[in-house]
Amino acid sequence: MRNNIIKILFNILVLSISFIVALLFGSIILLIAGVNPLVAYQAMIIRPISSVYGLSEALVRSIPLMMVGIGISIAFRSKMINIGGEGQIQLGAVAAGAAALAIPGVPKAIAIPIIILVGFTVGGIWGGIAGWMKAKLSVNEVLSTVMLNYIAFQLYLFLIRGPLIDPSEIAWGTGVPQTARMPDSTIFERLIQQGQRIHSGIFIALIIAILVYFLLWRTTFGFRLRAVGEEPKAANYAGIKVDKYLILAMVLSGGMAGIAGTIEVIGVHHRVLEGLSANYGFSGIVVALFGRLHPIGVIPASFFFGLLLIGAEMMQRAVNIPSALVISIQGLVILAVVSSNLLLENPKYRKKFLGFLMQNN
Amino acid sequence: MDKIKSLEMVNITKKFPGVIANKDVHLKVESGEVLALLGENGAGKTTLMNILYGLYHPNSGRILINDQEVKIDSPKKALDLGIGMVHQHFMLVPSLTVTENVALGIKFKSKFSMDLDNVAQKIKLLSKKHDLNIDSSLLISDLSVGERQKVEIIKALYFNANILVLDEPTAALTPQETDDLIKWLRSVIKEGMGVIFISHKLNEVMNVSDRVEVLRNGKNVFSTPISKTNINQLARKMAGHDVELPTVERKNKFGNTIIELENVWAKNERGLDALRGVNLTIRKGEILGIAGVSGNGQKELAESITGLQKIYKGDIRFKGESIANKSVQSIIDKGMGYIPEDRLHMGTIPGFKVKENLILKDYLRSPFSKIFLLDRTYIKDYCKSTVDEYDVRCPNINTPTHALSGGNIQKLILSRELKREPDALVASYPIRGVDIAAVQYIHEKLLEARDNDMGILLITEELDELINLSDRIAVIYEDQILDVIDTAEADKSKLGLLMAGIKEGSR
Ligand SMILES: Nc1ncnc2c1ncn2[C@@H]1O[C@H](COP(=O)(O)OP(=O)(O)OP(=O)(O)O)[C@@H](O)[C@H]1O
Ligand SMILES: [Mg+2]
Repeated sequence: MRNNIIKILFNILVLSISFIVALLFGSIILLIAGVNPLVAYQAMIIRPISSVYGLSEALVRSIPLMMVGIGISIAFRSKMINIGGEGQIQLGAVAAGAAALAIPGVPKAIAIPIIILVGFTVGGIWGGIAGWMKAKLSVNEVLSTVMLNYIAFQLYLFLIRGPLIDPSEIAWGTGVPQTARMPDSTIFERLIQQGQRIHSGIFIALIIAILVYFLLWRTTFGFRLRAVGEEPKAANYAGIKVDKYLILAMVLSGGMAGIAGTIEVIGVHHRVLEGLSANYGFSGIVVALFGRLHPIGVIPASFFFGLLLIGAEMMQRAVNIPSALVISIQGLVILAVVSSNLLLENPKYRKKFLGFLMQNN
Repeated sequence: MDKIKSLEMVNITKKFPGVIANKDVHLKVESGEVLALLGENGAGKTTLMNILYGLYHPNSGRILINDQEVKIDSPKKALDLGIGMVHQHFMLVPSLTVTENVALGIKFKSKFSMDLDNVAQKIKLLSKKHDLNIDSSLLISDLSVGERQKVEIIKALYFNANILVLDEPTAALTPQETDDLIKWLRSVIKEGMGVIFISHKLNEVMNVSDRVEVLRNGKNVFSTPISKTNINQLARKMAGHDVELPTVERKNKFGNTIIELENVWAKNERGLDALRGVNLTIRKGEILGIAGVSGNGQKELAESITGLQKIYKGDIRFKGESIANKSVQSIIDKGMGYIPEDRLHMGTIPGFKVKENLILKDYLRSPFSKIFLLDRTYIKDYCKSTVDEYDVRCPNINTPTHALSGGNIQKLILSRELKREPDALVASYPIRGVDIAAVQYIHEKLLEARDNDMGILLITEELDELINLSDRIAVIYEDQILDVIDTAEADKSKLGLLMAGIKEGSR
């Protein structure tokens, strides 16, 4: 008991210290840019958690991060590394958007599941291609997912500039590459009125996190998937078709990213538009790692990163510095937090620093 | 550092979650002698040696070299001090060459380049001097178990080890390789090497060692010069009670044929023929032994029957139906059990919990799972009772399997395969690395299964085991079955000749 409390204390201590160290380095950057670090950090850290807007926006961002993070965790359980989140998000989003536009009259309770399923399927196919190439052709999945990202990106742009572009953009000659607005029957409700964007997609994400946890650890499917990841030779010995489960893991992983894209469309933007994936496909990898590649761990991790993202935006607005600087400070924080994981996971360090407090067992 | 004249471990205690692996253990070895370290599976031998080699850090205790205390906090430190170790489960990187594996432990002068040619040269010299015969440019993954072991030895020699720890070095060696190893050991001891030798094969222990130290439940229980003891006493000290090998009642009534191989041809991973026209029948209630030096097609034989190996000609029938090239799952479902040779990476999933490995072949069926949900309560109860029944020693059923001692992993596999009560069982080297009491136990279980009408294919290199258990013995040589003889007519010398490919009357 006592040792558990010490463990928690230690973790908080380590995280805070690494956070502060990152901020100290960041303040050098800020000073060079001629900005008062205190003002900047106040905007970055305090504002997001002290306003409804900040919290709402952090949650809005945590949803796609959570979905991608869950996907990465699934792939990782079969020892596959999915770098293809961006492409899977984009194709999932565009497919979901097309589906939503195609079924304007259908009641919400039916429309939304259909749309999510479409986003999942298309993202899943995109991930599954990489899985198939790995299983059948031994193509490294890091390579194939990155390449598939390029293809997906071009496909995405083509679709929202061409076939799926909002007819009124053409009519008015503005030509902004985006689709028409989704029909009301296909979009998630906002949760709190007053103009905040937080929407009911968050419940979907939370439910999926829990379902995936169950899938991985309580079902025969998850048993097989994890067996394949842990030791393919033994999995084969036990009668499991290793290839099949490699592919399925990537399908699920891509599917989760596809849902992330879907939720962005029908929850946030209500259109498919350029820049929608917002690098969630890559940030999601960090979220997954920070959540210990566990679908439940991903929940708090994604919220933390959501806060970080909105904090960075708020800082930028408050002190008016180039976004590249904001991104680099954000990078510093992520780096510090993720690398402190080493200290968190290894009981040796805990013992070294706080051993004098511990009870001998 | 000076040459090690004496090495002493004093009051070593090492705790793992749920177990005390070593408790106040002491041990002393001097240069020029072989100390045998004995004990049941899980007694704490490997743990103690891993502490000596700097892989584990003890909770308390000291290590003295030439009466001076040393701190060994990493394998590198151990190597620097002159301590080398050949692990029970080898620690080589399969995708690297022999040279590269040795070079991993070297601190090169330049931080940016490794003088691999130099390393290769030195390996060549060493392997010539010690008659080890290793081509240093080969990948580890292409080497046999015996060759891998030689690489581990070369690694130790490369760093001028003069205390060498051998953790069950002979468990997976052919009899010939074992003889070579022992001969080699004798020669290096003459030159002043000190050796700690761990083995469950007590005749070997009597043969090579000068002193023995016996551990039980992580504590020293017995220590003696070898001249003052005998096999029976050692077995008793290890187990804490008398150990008797089961007496086998010969059977003369067998059931119908259960497995039948007809002109089976198969190729190995390198695309060479590994089975050439094999014909065999196994009957219900019979143990058919396969005698042969390992590497003569045993692995492919076992794997074609269990569906892991494709055959390109011939047929295999199980209970009258063809199972040639059928899926592994369908063969399991039909009632085939398999104890594979590679217990750590094929027989179990090292990162899985003990309970997950225990249901590795059952998770799909009711009551282990319903539709697709695993029944956790049932699984827990089932695994608890299996672990108790088969005496698999583990802190609890949630322990990751790689934390079990080697022998206990073997028992885990055995318990899983037997508890499913298959109709036929392929058992490859089932007693590899298990202690005498467990050998007795495993043999009893196999005989019991036989008496309950299971058909068993027993692959092993231990002639005593073969003669003791088998009803008939088939000799495999160069991918073919040379002969099948009744055990009543078999003796060691006849089998020895056959295993070398010499058939009577054909000379
Ligand atoms: N890394 C580990 N984590 C937890 N427990 C461990 C670990 N390594 C060993 N143990 C436990 O310590 C005990 C001693 O194990 P050890 O491997 O030293 O036995 P051993 O004498 O070498 O047995 P064997 O003859 O079967 O190889 C066992 O109960 C084992 O489960
Ligand atoms: Mg051991």
